[in-house]
Amino acid sequence: MSQNFRLNTGGLINRDKPIEFKFNGKKYIGYEGDTLASALLANGIHLIGRSFKYHRPRGFFGAGVDEPNAKMQVEINGCSEPNINATEIELVNGLSATSQNCWPSVNFDIGAINNFLNRFFPAGFYYKTFMWPKSFWYRVYEPFIRKAAGLGIASLEKDKERYEHKYEYCDLLVTGSGPAGLASAYAAAKNGAKVILAEDKPRYGGSLLTDDVTIDNLSGKDWSEKIISELKEMPNVIVKNRSQVFGYYDHNMMVMFERTKDHLEKKTKYTPRQRLWYIRAKEVLLSTGSIERPIVFGNNDTPGVFLSAAAKEYMKVYGVLIGKKPIIFTNNDSGYETAIEFKKNGVDPVVLDTREDQNSELINEAKDLNIMIKFSYAVIVAHGYKKVKSATIGKLNKDKIDFENTEQIDCDSICVSGFWTPTVHLASQSGNKLKFNDSIDAFVPDKSKQNEHSLGAANGTFTLQDTLKNSFNTGSEVSKSITKKDEKIQIPNTNERKYSAHDKFWCSPLPKGKNYKRFVDFQNDVAVSDIEIALREGYRSIEHVKRYTTLGMATDQGRTSNLNGLQLVANVEKKIVPQVGHTTFRPPFTPVTIGTIVGREVGKEYMPTRKTPMHHWHEKNNAVWVDAGAWKRPRYYKRGNENLFEASKREAKNVRNHVGVCDVTTLGKIDLKGPDAAEFLNRVYTNAWLKLPVGKARYGVMLREDGIVMDDGTTTRISENHYHMTTTTAQAANVLSHLEYYLQIVWPKLNVNVVSTTEQWAGAAIAGPKSRDLLAKLFPKIDVSNEALPFMGYVEGDLFGVKARIFRISFSGELAYEINVESDFGLFMWEKIIKIGEEFNIQPYGTEALSTLRIEMGHVAGPELDGRTIPYDVSLEGLVSKKKDFIGKRSLAKEAFNKADRQKIVGLVPLDRKSSIPEGSHLVENKNAKLPNPKLGHVSSSCWSVENNNPFSLAILKDGKNMIGKKLFAVSPLKNTSIEVEVMSSHYVDHEGKRVRS
Amino acid sequence: MLNIKCPYCGDRSQKEFAYGGDGTITRPKLNQEISDEAWDNFVYLRKSPRGKHIELWHHIAGCRQWFKVERDTTTHEIFRTFKPEEEF
Repeated sequence: MSQNFRLNTGGLINRDKPIEFKFNGKKYIGYEGDTLASALLANGIHLIGRSFKYHRPRGFFGAGVDEPNAKMQVEINGCSEPNINATEIELVNGLSATSQNCWPSVNFDIGAINNFLNRFFPAGFYYKTFMWPKSFWYRVYEPFIRKAAGLGIASLEKDKERYEHKYEYCDLLVTGSGPAGLASAYAAAKNGAKVILAEDKPRYGGSLLTDDVTIDNLSGKDWSEKIISELKEMPNVIVKNRSQVFGYYDHNMMVMFERTKDHLEKKTKYTPRQRLWYIRAKEVLLSTGSIERPIVFGNNDTPGVFLSAAAKEYMKVYGVLIGKKPIIFTNNDSGYETAIEFKKNGVDPVVLDTREDQNSELINEAKDLNIMIKFSYAVIVAHGYKKVKSATIGKLNKDKIDFENTEQIDCDSICVSGFWTPTVHLASQSGNKLKFNDSIDAFVPDKSKQNEHSLGAANGTFTLQDTLKNSFNTGSEVSKSITKKDEKIQIPNTNERKYSAHDKFWCSPLPKGKNYKRFVDFQNDVAVSDIEIALREGYRSIEHVKRYTTLGMATDQGRTSNLNGLQLVANVEKKIVPQVGHTTFRPPFTPVTIGTIVGREVGKEYMPTRKTPMHHWHEKNNAVWVDAGAWKRPRYYKRGNENLFEASKREAKNVRNHVGVCDVTTLGKIDLKGPDAAEFLNRVYTNAWLKLPVGKARYGVMLREDGIVMDDGTTTRISENHYHMTTTTAQAANVLSHLEYYLQIVWPKLNVNVVSTTEQWAGAAIAGPKSRDLLAKLFPKIDVSNEALPFMGYVEGDLFGVKARIFRISFSGELAYEINVESDFGLFMWEKIIKIGEEFNIQPYGTEALSTLRIEMGHVAGPELDGRTIPYDVSLEGLVSKKKDFIGKRSLAKEAFNKADRQKIVGLVPLDRKSSIPEGSHLVENKNAKLPNPKLGHVSSSCWSVENNNPFSLAILKDGKNMIGKKLFAVSPLKNTSIEVEVMSSHYVDHEGKRVRS
Repeated sequence: MLNIKCPYCGDRSQKEFAYGGDGTITRPKLNQEISDEAWDNFVYLRKSPRGKHIELWHHIAGCRQWFKVERDTTTHEIFRTFKPEEEF
């Protein structure tokens, strides 16, 4: 059986290029230019999946994005992806597809028992059944639902493919390359507008590829090719196929994905699989066309039932017959186009027209071709389980709610045409409230909320002549207002056949006493009876009916089911469709892969990596990294088999005993200049700044307006009107924005400029009793004595020819200095410090040792300044000026902040002097108390005190200062520890701060 | 994604900006006597209007200027953007 349903000639496929592919393990041949669907149909394969709820056999129904059934697990290039629409994926060598939602196979599916139990699975089944008993939820219901839910299987492997993002700006974005899209894009391009024309299919032309029309005496296909080739020549036009605009967002931000790889014969490593385009368009022209509506009848989901336009597309584009004995079931003239196409290809169709005997160009042509037409007839029910074998048809009576003269006729396919539904999804997403157009029984866009226009069939215009006229004019008008150019375009002559009026018939009545399923929504298995139940149970709002029945909630967004569902609700409720209203369309219009949305922002590209100028030195010296925001900082330098604990202890001890050096480049640095800089600092910080002399640094704390500590750091007066501020690594960006806010919005009269210089300066902290000796060797020309360069002093120096700033500041609590040089010399500085420091036993130290040093000194950092503490909580009351006002001061007067038992920072030592206290432990009086055990505080930072050789922690404790000397328990249910601790001062080492001043 | 016209740089995508909250709040003057209630109103209480709203935005990945935006909170329509010193 090899391509038995392929026509001998015709179609736009490349018959010289056979392509081998697999379906459910079996090999088949198709042609280049096929979709997976057309290639399977050429091989006579119709049974391709099982339905979601009842596991009924399902076949192809559409030929593009309208397809509700043909979701497959597809493997290309070693990647397996679920829920791929077989009507949209192009055939390539080696493609392998499998059916979903069936076990053990699509031919014999155990789950199909649901079909015979279907009276137990009505609308709202889950809501009704899984309510009680409560204890059943975890053990019985949830596992059952999880097993039944979903369609394909998501891969657990890492996606090896590459996805890209692209930003583009244009005057006009045109979505869809049918007649409306081509005409409007062409007119706008001629006016010099920057145009992007996006087509979701591989071939341009839309309906022009399948409609029997001529434009300027060219066939639709030839005319579209001519326009596309002209557009491609124009420098102001981007023409993209395989590109689906799927989202319409604020301010004309359109999002589109482009399939760039899967269809390629030769794939290179760096070809992205898909590209996501963010397009900001001044104007958007929506030429998205329309989708044929089904007519609903008994067992209308049997494989072999197609949309009539899809059947025509398979013949005209792919040279494939969907059947050799078709019934065309139509309520309008479109069905005749399909019938005529069948006839031309040697197949005799039977046309059932729900209307009474009619005359129109198309009907007459069909009559002339001796096509059998039965007027006032309808398909009542299709027969056949895995494929249509026959159909019961009946003659409709006058009011069309009943029928007579039933007969059963043989057929192998049924093509339905229930007229056309404009594709209004993008217009609706843009905020356009749709309006109902009675003459086409469908919603069309109403007033634009954004700069958009719907054209052609998307706007309910179904004749080519009108579509071209309106589209050329709109393209021209819209672009003219942007480019101020007005190139006159001759609107081409067209030749098309006029349609006669369609019939509103949309659903066949059931034979008496029969309850054949009549499906409205194929993908979610919603039948007419389900919607009727929902209405009987009192659901009225269409949004509620939708959620209760899941009508239109599948990945096809109800493209073929929406209007029929509304029609049904309207009939039952005795309303008209516009009174029922419609549900909201939301992006994405078609499913988008997560990979495409994420783009290149995966793995180490998830965020930028910031490296200091000394990064490679650290790397060479076995630094183990820790992330500090985007920065990489050495956590410790591993020697031999050391672990974190041993290494950080060694490094911290070396600082206390000799000298260590730490890369502090990552600290935020802000340059402040201007005559009002001192006044500004005085308002920003809690302490006094007006009298800081040039050449001196001062420690400062800044608050938010609510009194909570925002950040701390030192600021140095470099010259009269020039200050150098440092912030913590984490808060650098926030502090800059904070300063800019106050300077620009609150106190714009202050004459100060601020700019971040974090990346301009490389910083090294040298700390330890030997740091002065080392500094003297680094800067032999400078007097570094305690008198000349005291604690909080500042001096500029020459580091072997490099200009350096020297600050005598200390985070470790030791005698310490911080040296800054321009970043380009950072490594030079570092290497000099290491080399010259050798004689003083210098060792580099990482953030872990840095933490140890500051914790045992009782210096607060991020874990204490956690957005919940005020200066009084963390022993910073000495820095809060009583005399002047500053940001957040008024909040410090709040009652809660001044309560006697307010939380305070304290130190903790375990009674056994051995057990490390996990950070985050809760402090309680009685570890065995009944839950909830009253919490007195929490452990914020923990270290191993190298000075005292036992664990030491900082904690925020209720009424902390009065608790000193008391014994409490630090309990951590996470770590399952409960440690008895003694409360003490937070300053564990060098209470009086002698060392920093030595 | 909004399209915001920075009064200093011109049209830019929302990605370049940070939202800064209500643009009609005036900070009490320094050293001003102020009741607990008035201070709490300034620090914590914000209106959340449906419709027109004047808000602050910060061109954080651009010129780093704070400016004001008059925007409809339901439709996201931006009526105008202006420098802080300009009248509103």
